[in-house]
Amino acid sequence: MTGTGEEMEFMRPATWADALAAKAEHPGALPIQGGTDVMVEINFDVRRPEALLDLNRVAELTEWDTSGGRLRVGAGVPYARLIRELGDRLPGLAQAARTVGSPQIRNRGSVGGNLGAASPAGDSHPPLLAGDAVVEAESAARGVRMIPAAEFYLGVKRSALEPDELIRAFWSAPASGPQYFSKIGTRNAMVIAVCSFALALHPEERRVGTGVGSAAPTPRRAPAAEAFASAELDWEGRGPLPDAASRRFGELVADAAAPIDDVRGTAGYRRHALAVMARRTLAWAWNDHRAATPERRAS
Amino acid sequence: MRVTITVNGSAETVDDVWEGESLLYALRERMGLPGSKNACEQGECGSCTVYLDGVPVCSCLVAVGQAQGRDVRTVEGLTEGPPGDAGEARLDPVQQAFVDAGAVQCGFCTPGLIVASHDLVERNPEPSDAEIREALAGNLCRCTGYEKILDAVRLAAARKRTAGGKAVRS
Repeated sequence: MTGTGEEMEFMRPATWADALAAKAEHPGALPIQGGTDVMVEINFDVRRPEALLDLNRVAELTEWDTSGGRLRVGAGVPYARLIRELGDRLPGLAQAARTVGSPQIRNRGSVGGNLGAASPAGDSHPPLLAGDAVVEAESAARGVRMIPAAEFYLGVKRSALEPDELIRAFWSAPASGPQYFSKIGTRNAMVIAVCSFALALHPEERRVGTGVGSAAPTPRRAPAAEAFASAELDWEGRGPLPDAASRRFGELVADAAAPIDDVRGTAGYRRHALAVMARRTLAWAWNDHRAATPERRAS
Repeated sequence: MRVTITVNGSAETVDDVWEGESLLYALRERMGLPGSKNACEQGECGSCTVYLDGVPVCSCLVAVGQAQGRDVRTVEGLTEGPPGDAGEARLDPVQQAFVDAGAVQCGFCTPGLIVASHDLVERNPEPSDAEIREALAGNLCRCTGYEKILDAVRLAAARKRTAGGKAVRS
């Protein structure tokens, strides 16, 4: 990378309002938070945005809080802090965060950046989908817009975000049951997912949430698998999970994918791996749920 | 674009930096600090690891403008004070451990590994082997001299514990 002198503006808003104003004025500006995706593209000359919009000075993006019993996590909270500070409340997302890159990458990368890039292989997406997360986007002109994760991903590296919008935060209820994330890669660090899968049990609603990663043009849920498992699990008696049911769940998850053959793996391998990960994560989560002492209900 | 960064304790100002330039490029090519190494430019190898406000990051993935007004510490900034009487560098205990353990082959990955190891033993003076491997997962040694590197980190951590934290400066 050399200083080529090509025209590119660098904007450094100090406040969220200034950031929204800058994005409204320069819709082509590329937001940069941790830089772990954006700088790779710039270093390799893959992308020359008209401007970089540095969000590092907007302090509230790296804060999180709770509101109405739900977590609101700033888009720029780095993975390392998400793991440390929210790992107990968002265990599925924290598991996924632990598989992102390396310690150096986790110190900079964030869920907001993952959402902004909207790569089908992004590690945050499956747990966000399984946990019913909602993306808080905002523009100077139209204010806040809440976008459910399931409606956020539109295509390969395309999202529902409008050119004048920035991602402020994501919202998620703290886990009400066991959550798991599983990912296939060639190494235990520094890998882009060959495919990945997230599962969340929502025992109060007697419902199973899923998220499939890197096995379709977008991250996506597996609705038929969710409906099957939600109906099949013995929520009342906490009975064991029949092998046939977990296998069927795996098949339904694999059916929900639309993978391709690429450098990281074949479509057939991805379908197979998804079925295995789905079967295993459902068993892990259900066994955790069974082992957990049921809260004594008032009724 | 003009950028001012506190690097290893002193304010450094550089002018006419290109807006898409990385912190790594500015450190090496504009500030005369070639300790941080430039290899992959995509955060895969860890050879450019520096502290940014006390947190280890890949400097190739930080836009230099993002470092404006912030505190950067490079491998050069880990040495302890001015050179000794014979002009020798006063190495940080982690640097010394790498020398003593023979954890350097071609040396290219060494600065990044030292910063990552420095951060690990600061946070965790008694790291398990699994914790060392995890902490160094983002640093590649293509000479594959990992065993000696693990030895060096164990040695640095042991010395830190022996020193009881009093003689060892962070």
